[in-house]
Amino acid sequence: MDIKDIIKPENLVYQKSDVQIDTIMHYCPGCTHGVVHKILSELIDEMGIQENTVGVAPVGCAVFAYNYIDVDWQEAAHGRAPAVATGIVRTNPDKFVFTYQGDGDLASIGAAEILHACNRGENMLVVFINNGIYGMTGGQMAPTTIDGMVTSTTPGGRDIALNGYPMKITELIAQLPGTSYVTRQSAQNAGAVRKCKRSLKKGIQNVLDKKGTSFIEVVSTCSSGWKMTPVAANRWMEENMFPFYPLGDLKDGSKEPNLSKN
Amino acid sequence: MGELRLMKGNEVLAEAAIRCGCDGYFGYPITPQSEIMETLMVRQPWDETGMVVLQAESEIASINMVYGAAATGKKVMTSSSSPGISLMAEGISYIAGAELPCLFVNVVRGGPGLGTIQPSQADYFQSVKGGGHGDYKCIVLAPASVQEMNDFVGLGFELAFKYLNPALILTDGAIGQMMEKVELADYKPRWTKEEIQKYSGKWATTGKPNSRKQNVVTSLEMDSDKMEANNRRFQEKYKKMEEEEVRFETIMCDDAEYIMVAFGTSARICQKSVEIAREQGIKVGLLRPITLFPFPKKEIAKLTCHVKGFLSVEMSAGQMVEDIKLAVHESGCNVRVEHFGRMGGIIPSPNEVVDALKEKFL
Ligand SMILES: Cc1ncc(C[n+]2csc(CCOP(=O)(O)OP(=O)(O)O)c2C)c(N)n1
Ligand SMILES: [Mg+2]
Repeated sequence: MDIKDIIKPENLVYQKSDVQIDTIMHYCPGCTHGVVHKILSELIDEMGIQENTVGVAPVGCAVFAYNYIDVDWQEAAHGRAPAVATGIVRTNPDKFVFTYQGDGDLASIGAAEILHACNRGENMLVVFINNGIYGMTGGQMAPTTIDGMVTSTTPGGRDIALNGYPMKITELIAQLPGTSYVTRQSAQNAGAVRKCKRSLKKGIQNVLDKKGTSFIEVVSTCSSGWKMTPVAANRWMEENMFPFYPLGDLKDGSKEPNLSKN
Repeated sequence: MGELRLMKGNEVLAEAAIRCGCDGYFGYPITPQSEIMETLMVRQPWDETGMVVLQAESEIASINMVYGAAATGKKVMTSSSSPGISLMAEGISYIAGAELPCLFVNVVRGGPGLGTIQPSQADYFQSVKGGGHGDYKCIVLAPASVQEMNDFVGLGFELAFKYLNPALILTDGAIGQMMEKVELADYKPRWTKEEIQKYSGKWATTGKPNSRKQNVVTSLEMDSDKMEANNRRFQEKYKKMEEEEVRFETIMCDDAEYIMVAFGTSARICQKSVEIAREQGIKVGLLRPITLFPFPKKEIAKLTCHVKGFLSVEMSAGQMVEDIKLAVHESGCNVRVEHFGRMGGIIPSPNEVVDALKEKFL
């Protein structure tokens, strides 16, 4: 049998969404950004909201998100995506607006903007990629870097006495009455990807239903920054990140956060 | 004739924004300009015209909210005073780099640092030379009356959209706080979705229909050749502003031997100083730049060969004086350019200015 006999519509079991732009990504092998881009593209496609969507890209490895997801985008200054999104959604309340941010962008330089946007309950989705490191600038410590974790600015491992504690910003966000859905997910295998997609879908639906801010953290890997192979990085994440950043919903619909797990 | 009122400069900025069809104001309180947002919150324009008003968590947030809304083709603005404008510098640079239209107002107070809440003009450099990082310019309008506070809101938006560039109203605590008679502009409706498509559809992020490519608003370009080309385009734009948008006023310059150059509050003071000097038989005129960028270089150069000297009168240690010297230098004639200024929130008296002129030139 020739390859041409196999590549036929009736044999098709998987197809890239049209919303995902046909191009080579700049992300490293094993990087979680690419997977989350794929899920988001699929959802924008499946939910039929491409024409109504405005994305806000961060400064960080996802700065080029607009090269991969075929919607209108704005590129925000480092950490300011939630303020930019506020400007969009306040003057265009009929649009579906989301920010896509890394942990340095969201939890460090942009901590004020994310807390206040969530506290105002801006009607938007926040996708938060927590890889515990500054990927783009070469692997420096992030506010989310866990105790003892080696980065280029914590070469001996994060030292709490020197650097302070790793920040669970999602737990802080869940306290804010402006948020309607706050969850922590991952995307390291098929099962996790399916769950993550369900969460993102719920978040998008909440925004379409004007329920305020939906906040989806994805605990992620950064093979290059962590100096590990993609397989080793996934294992390290499961063994070291998940105990500190437990997966699951922190808040769903109620005004009160569900913090019992932590 | 439009509606006549007696109003404070800051209140007029708010009123003019509502009337010119502004879509949104984002701001953070700081003296001496908090009345702008307070006036808007009392007026509640969201019920009347649909204009959005939001108190942000900081000036950093305000300017980035402006970025977000402006990038959807909306007419939006913010205002602050000196320390707040410093915080906005990164955002303004992004707005210039992404070529977005917006209006911002600096009701200047004395610096540096927390300084004072009294009026000053010491943010001239920051305003006309860029202010944030990178090679960019803002269109800078300097009102000298409450009436011009009204007029420059509409004009600022018009220029911002014409050039896809941030426009700045550079004023100070004196004009912001003083009350004068003002003829308000008539109401203009906010732009409809169709109008936004017509004016800004090529670049505005309003959601991507199948019929067009995605619109991406960014100041980022990793390819240096392309980034240089972007910069060339910006510089062309600034040159065009210098050719087409210079605005100024001259008072008694025709027979003048000495010209005072002053903007905003200082120009109001100098108007009186010119009268006093003329009564004493000194032939003095006043050149008032209305646009600080683009600066009335050509007008100054034209006057240079007919006068004995220029006195730059500023409420600063002497900033605009450098631009006057450059303009004089370009004229080919050589006359003396001096500076007189008060700092730290002090407004000079008209007599003080006349004395300075005499001391430096006579
Ligand atoms: C004002 C400012 N400060 C610093 C930087 C440099 N910078 C670019 S990306 C980045 C960190 C990004 O890390 P993160 O948000 O975790 O995203 P990741 O690359 O890990 O996805 C920094 C510090 C910048 N661009 N702007
Ligand atoms: Mg990161």
